[in-house]
Amino acid sequence: MKFLPLLWSSLWRKKVRTIFTLLSVFIAFLLFGLLMTIRGAFSFGVDIAGLDRLVLIHKVSLIMPLPVSYKDRLAATDGVTMVSHQTWFGGVYQDPANFFAQMVVEPEPFMKIYPEFKIPPDQVKAWLADRQGAIVGVDLAKRFKWKIGDRIPIVGTIWQPKQGQVWDFNIVGMYDGDSGVDKTQLFFRYDYLDENRLRGEGLVGWYVVKIADPSQASAMGAKFDSMFANSSAETKTTTEKGFVEGFAKQIGDIGTIMIAILVAVLFTMLLVAANTMAQSVRERTSEMGVLKTLGFSNAAVLTLVLSESVLIAVIGGSLGLGLAWVIVQQGDPTNGMLPVFVLPQRDVVIGGVMIVVLGLIAGALPAFNAMNLKITNALRRS
Amino acid sequence: MDFIKQTFAVTLLNLQTIPQRFGSSGVAIVGIAGVVIVLVSVLSIAQGFSAAMEQTGSPSRALVMRSGADSEMTSGLGATEVDLIKQAPGLLRDGQTAVASAELYVVIDIPKIGTNSPANVPMRGVEPQATAVRNEFSIVEGRMFQFGTNEVVVGRGASVNFQGLKVGNTIRSGQNTWEVVGMFETDGSVAETEIWCDSKILQGAYRRGNTYQTVLAHLDSSDSFDRFRDSLTSNPQVNVQVRRETEYYAQQSRALSSLIRNIGFGIAALMGIGAVFGAILTMYTAVSTRAREIATLRALGFNTTSVLVSVLSESIALAAIGGAIGGVLAYVAFNGYQTSTMNFSTFSQVAFAFQVTPQLLGMGLTYALAMGLIGGLFPALRAARLPIPSALREL
Repeated sequence: MKFLPLLWSSLWRKKVRTIFTLLSVFIAFLLFGLLMTIRGAFSFGVDIAGLDRLVLIHKVSLIMPLPVSYKDRLAATDGVTMVSHQTWFGGVYQDPANFFAQMVVEPEPFMKIYPEFKIPPDQVKAWLADRQGAIVGVDLAKRFKWKIGDRIPIVGTIWQPKQGQVWDFNIVGMYDGDSGVDKTQLFFRYDYLDENRLRGEGLVGWYVVKIADPSQASAMGAKFDSMFANSSAETKTTTEKGFVEGFAKQIGDIGTIMIAILVAVLFTMLLVAANTMAQSVRERTSEMGVLKTLGFSNAAVLTLVLSESVLIAVIGGSLGLGLAWVIVQQGDPTNGMLPVFVLPQRDVVIGGVMIVVLGLIAGALPAFNAMNLKITNALRRS
Repeated sequence: MDFIKQTFAVTLLNLQTIPQRFGSSGVAIVGIAGVVIVLVSVLSIAQGFSAAMEQTGSPSRALVMRSGADSEMTSGLGATEVDLIKQAPGLLRDGQTAVASAELYVVIDIPKIGTNSPANVPMRGVEPQATAVRNEFSIVEGRMFQFGTNEVVVGRGASVNFQGLKVGNTIRSGQNTWEVVGMFETDGSVAETEIWCDSKILQGAYRRGNTYQTVLAHLDSSDSFDRFRDSLTSNPQVNVQVRRETEYYAQQSRALSSLIRNIGFGIAALMGIGAVFGAILTMYTAVSTRAREIATLRALGFNTTSVLVSVLSESIALAAIGGAIGGVLAYVAFNGYQTSTMNFSTFSQVAFAFQVTPQLLGMGLTYALAMGLIGGLFPALRAARLPIPSALREL
């Protein structure tokens, strides 16, 4: 610690060079933070998908509906604690560009199966009392400046009402949740849809089943599928995590693309930083000789050079990650296409480790050279 | 004249000594090459996707959907509506039959090659006129399916990207089995991601009764679009919207390609800033290691401008090398790379190939040169202003 002033002054020996090295590292880790956020956003919250929740869809395809009658049969199965169904509504609010997800659910089982959606109790009561009631995510409410009590019209694209084309909803509540929870959805009641739709009565999109023992997930899945085998609507059951992952994979391997870009970025920055460090140590050969003459051990010189490079990496890197975090706090820049837009905590930790590793590798060779420097040679060079 | 000769001599000297400063020059080259690779490859994704979408469709075809539907997927038309649509004026007719195809558009779960996870592959039920409506359609392997059977033909893109879509195979889906009897091409358009079958058979398999989702109609000329549209939208017996096929697909691709483009430009801009810093560092290093040489040159009477130009040229030369390497690598690695993604508006897969166009390569090289110019500017000014006595004294 007492060498900190020495470190500091050798850092600022060549101001311009240090500043540009800092900026390079800064940019590298700013990109790291942003790319990891994009990667997380394209995985649609797979990290919070419940392992004890199974998703049953129609075997032919997700767009095929299932009969609502499956609910009782599923609920009567041993090991099932809760059953709920959901339906994709896919309506348009004012303009097709205002895309957001609208889900048709049964309020009570839905709220029990998804405790991560936090709704104040009085709003829950209001929702149960109002058939046209809808619950919206806080981010969605912010986007359209909706308040509780607002009445909003949504044009059905898949489901037509018996009259006209517009479905009206009363916003009776707002849900919040931890980071990673998609707060851009609208949930409304199944009975409202079912009583008023022109066709498709008694059909739901898919089932979500909560099971008592997550280790039995695949056995339970197989059991459900065999229950409905050879019926007119056969099912395919996966864990919710598997379901979300499968969905994300349909978009393509965004994760791999992001990591490939990051490798390119970090490799370049490593070269830049290592080159600068080498240059800076080379210039100070005689100073190193003086330090050693004064009695600094080889190990001390090694540590000194390594700390210098780690210090640059830590200052630049943490500023970069910090700015990335600040930017991500502003929320999804695409207006609804990437609902879960957060910098995952795990990636912040990984970033921190990479910062230190980058500093160590960049400083390794120059530090090693400085350590092995013979005093006589070092002093003679100038 | 002297001035030009001087500049030329110093620049040549600089460029010739680049290999001696291989380490630091390499850093600048690699940095700039990296930026160009990322810029070009990410933009080639957007380019390939929108090319596939925009190649789809012809202005002389009109797509009829239920009004309010935002894609083929959410549309729905009854059999009587379909009949009325086919009688509308402005349609191309072959004898008594309209050159129009009433179609169903659904998705079927088929594993994607590479990930093994199920993907929403689009399946289109068509009428016999479908191939007459789409003149670009051609069978490249096997034969066309027979109407009234459970035979299907698959697009080339679908065959490449999804499992088991080879001629001679059978696709099992729920209680249905489909026999693949042929593979088709449609000039690289989106339809090549689709599986085609008889619309009547698909109605049964997906329990759609006697309903369809869209009608794709060939107009008797591109100009009769308005007549065709107005006659339908003013007809109270049908509740439809009519769009040119080209417009429909252009609008479908807009959101995704602009998202990819924005991400690509954003990443490249940030990386570019990083690479400029790398180039600045390299050039500063180059200038400072040669401070004595530069001072000697100036002491001999070389003017400052020639020194400045020489440093700038070196930086730009490095950038050009980096840009060229990056462009070539991006082209070799990504041009024609086959993949597929989800088109959110129809909730189904679209197969496409990355396209590294000459335009993108030019853009990458221009960007590289700009980075070289900016990166070299400050070090060049510094070299030109170097105080001669102290620089001569430096180690």
